[in-house]
Amino acid sequence: MKKVAVFALPLGVFLLAAVFLWRGLYSNPAERRSSLIDKPLPNFNLVDVMNESIRYTPESLLGDVNLINVWGTWCQTCAVELPFLTKLKEQGVGVVGLYHELDDDPSFGIKPITNIREEVAVMLNNLGNPYKFNMLDVNRAYSFDLGVTGAPETFLIDKKGYVRLHHIGDLNQRVWQSKFARLYNELEAE
Amino acid sequence: MTKFRYIQLLLVSFLLAAYAHGAEENFAFDDEKKRALFIELGNELRCPKCQNQNVADSNAVVAKDMTLKIYELVQQGHSKEQVIDYMKLRYGDFVHYKPPLTVVTLWLWLLPLIFIMAGALFMFFLGKKKDVEVDQEQLRKANEWLNDK
Repeated sequence: MKKVAVFALPLGVFLLAAVFLWRGLYSNPAERRSSLIDKPLPNFNLVDVMNESIRYTPESLLGDVNLINVWGTWCQTCAVELPFLTKLKEQGVGVVGLYHELDDDPSFGIKPITNIREEVAVMLNNLGNPYKFNMLDVNRAYSFDLGVTGAPETFLIDKKGYVRLHHIGDLNQRVWQSKFARLYNELEAE
Repeated sequence: MTKFRYIQLLLVSFLLAAYAHGAEENFAFDDEKKRALFIELGNELRCPKCQNQNVADSNAVVAKDMTLKIYELVQQGHSKEQVIDYMKLRYGDFVHYKPPLTVVTLWLWLLPLIFIMAGALFMFFLGKKKDVEVDQEQLRKANEWLNDK
């Protein structure tokens, strides 16, 4: 009995530590549960990037399952992600852009809107345009309410305007299949 | 004042100015209490982007935005708890270096206690088993040798 304990106890401790560290090897430290999951979108009232006379509120998203994609022309990963998002759009997925406004350094104020419009037009023309529309997030204030840490990030919004999924980083085929597709189809069927 | 002394003083004042500037950047406060709270919050809140830095240390955009928000909220007279709750609502418990007490985080406090208890128990039982079996014959011999001296 004592001999078994002498052998089994360290082995048990070792196995526990091994499993813990093994999981740590493959865990993503940036992965963190958004506090918005299963809650309605925080209120917003944002203008269209291309036309400031058009305004959007959470009601603009009701009735459809949508992705809200936080992006910017300055963001390299977003450029990588655009062709895939465009493919999703062609499959009928609704994608709404939240333009993460950012100059080289946030301490130096903002870029003139005319420059942003130019850059957006060029980039979407070159890489594909997945967006129904793009909302301009002035000073990243709405991104802040969403708990966004940077671009790109994507939220899955159900037909009633509730946040159902939050993804930090680019959206690609692999992420779509493993994280989004099932829930998206469920929500779409509701 | 000699020229050398003057230059020395000038250098020191430059250094001090640079230091003060670095610490507060361009956040002006009339109220010293608010300034202290602002600095405290910057040190206690965690940047969600560069995860092992606090907000004050980080240069990530989101940390800059958070700093601005903290400044704004503190200037408006919000309390420390209110600012922390404001951030937690958006970035989760993750954003504060002090975790709340929940079923999951309870182990952070319990595990060290359990380890100490287990160690104490181990030592206790180890100490108990010290009565070594003594051979009566050997004991007699040992006594004999001791008494011979």
